[in-house]
Amino acid sequence: MVRVTDEVRRLRKRFEARAEESHVWEAVQLARHADRPYTLDYAERLFSDAFELRGDRAFSDDEALITLLARYHGQTVVAIGHQKGRDLAERTRRMFGMPHPEGYRKAIRAVELADRFGYPILTFVDTPGAYPGVNAEERGQAGMIARSILAFCQVSVPVVCSVIGEGGSGGALAIAVGDRVLMQENAIYSVISPEGCAAILWKDSGQARKAAYAFRPTAGACLDLGVVDAIVEEPKGGAHEDVDQAARLLDQSIRQALAEAEAIPAAQRRVARREKFRRMGVWGVADEDGADTL
Amino acid sequence: MAPVEIDVERPKGDDDPGRRHPNTCPSCRSHYRDDELRHALRVCAQCGHHFPVGALERIDQLVDPGTFAEIGAELRAADPLAFVDLKPYTDRLLDAELATGLGDALVAGTGLVVGRPAAIAVMDFAFMGGSMGSVMGERFCLAADAALARGIPLVSVTASGGARMQENILALMQMAKTVGAVDQLREAGVPYISVLAHPTTGGVIASFASLGDVVIAEPNALLSFAGPRVVEQTTGEKTAPDFGRAESNLRLGQLDAVVPRRELRAELARLLLLFSPAEDEPTGEQGPVPLPDDATISGERPVDRVLGRLGLGRRRG
Repeated sequence: MVRVTDEVRRLRKRFEARAEESHVWEAVQLARHADRPYTLDYAERLFSDAFELRGDRAFSDDEALITLLARYHGQTVVAIGHQKGRDLAERTRRMFGMPHPEGYRKAIRAVELADRFGYPILTFVDTPGAYPGVNAEERGQAGMIARSILAFCQVSVPVVCSVIGEGGSGGALAIAVGDRVLMQENAIYSVISPEGCAAILWKDSGQARKAAYAFRPTAGACLDLGVVDAIVEEPKGGAHEDVDQAARLLDQSIRQALAEAEAIPAAQRRVARREKFRRMGVWGVADEDGADTL
Repeated sequence: MAPVEIDVERPKGDDDPGRRHPNTCPSCRSHYRDDELRHALRVCAQCGHHFPVGALERIDQLVDPGTFAEIGAELRAADPLAFVDLKPYTDRLLDAELATGLGDALVAGTGLVVGRPAAIAVMDFAFMGGSMGSVMGERFCLAADAALARGIPLVSVTASGGARMQENILALMQMAKTVGAVDQLREAGVPYISVLAHPTTGGVIASFASLGDVVIAEPNALLSFAGPRVVEQTTGEKTAPDFGRAESNLRLGQLDAVVPRRELRAELARLLLLFSPAEDEPTGEQGPVPLPDDATISGERPVDRVLGRLGLGRRRG
């Protein structure tokens, strides 16, 4: 009798773990869905007027990352977002939403412009990661990501960031440091792709599903860990099922988050933003022998 | 010194880094006793190859004896995701602490460098590949806090594969957290000198390590966002042998200088002087780097006392 109960409990636990694993993997797939709305799909629906700011004024215009001067509910904002492509030609042109250093240099330019005129900054995060190519490295990919993060730290205008698809590592974080950070229900946010993590820790990129389950890139986990401030609901089945509805839901959340960010006095925003990220992390304390961990 | 050409027949598998003794030079195969290598600052006397240096030994190399005061030593990584890959994260942490005597991959503190005070943050690649998790982020911020509170420059020495995957999104957030600390230094006008050792890649070079007011690197250090293997596998591009190396980065304008380890302490002292107020006369003597002695901080660590009680020794010499 007891044995049967134990067995049932064991099976139920295994079943729940499997269900949870599928849920995580479903989010990974939805975040990468070919029809998922991208930054421009939301920009079309959220902004009444927009002008695209192009070029980094140093090297080129990186189309994997777009910057807009836009009108949002009657006020001018600066919008910055990764942009993937719909068809093969656009995907190639936009490097699948993976910016080179010039993309981040353009973002920094837009951030500085916003700060100069007191325009709020809205960002839309959707990238597999910064482009890991030889040219990108030679032009200082790492340093430019660092400088972009710093630029977001330094402004005194309100900054609201929304993770709308793949929040892939440093390439995503480069435009995701804000007073409020939102995340769509089926978006993912992680330090490395599940495939990359599996290749390194499991020594087999085929174990991506397992890796994703282990490191939980989901909106729920990010909210629990204090990394994002709110989860933005999506239409049933995912944002691509009803883009207009997804945009309306995102709009509501951004408006609210922007109001919260605007409520912080301008002189305190930089410090408050810094402190918000300073609090992130979980650690323990060992006694003086370090015996706690032994 | 011109390398001496000696033709030696080598057993098969000698090129496998896993089979090579850590004190055998990977570039010219000279082999050293550990104390020999330590006294040479872990630089190959034959070919100049820079071996990795642990955090505590690095502090002994750079900081005046007896002046280093550690900050945040008691912080230990938690396991917020209950992360298990082929091995539980907690086991990896335990192994790393036993091997290095460190609580995490970064040691923070304050000390004197040739008589000049500085806040110090030094990383150890032997602790889980120098990966950045919550503890590293907090310790770096504590070092920056100390620099800020005392108005003294911050010096960091990095060696890291990047963010720590086992802490996933919290590890990523340490990039924003540490850059925030640099922002604070910039706002207050406190200098930050970043020294990049081999390798400094991923989330560490893409955050605080790139943001020094002055950035210098050790010879031949790999300094890139993505490593050559990732670049080749992801993009199909071929990488040149000097891809991402310190010398290439200097040529491409990403660094201020490549400084051999023997000159690092003197170069840091020079920078600390240059960043000091005008009326400040140089005080410390710029003598040779003292050899580590028994009073060094890399001697006994808390973990050694515990191991001692258990009748065990640390796994690394």
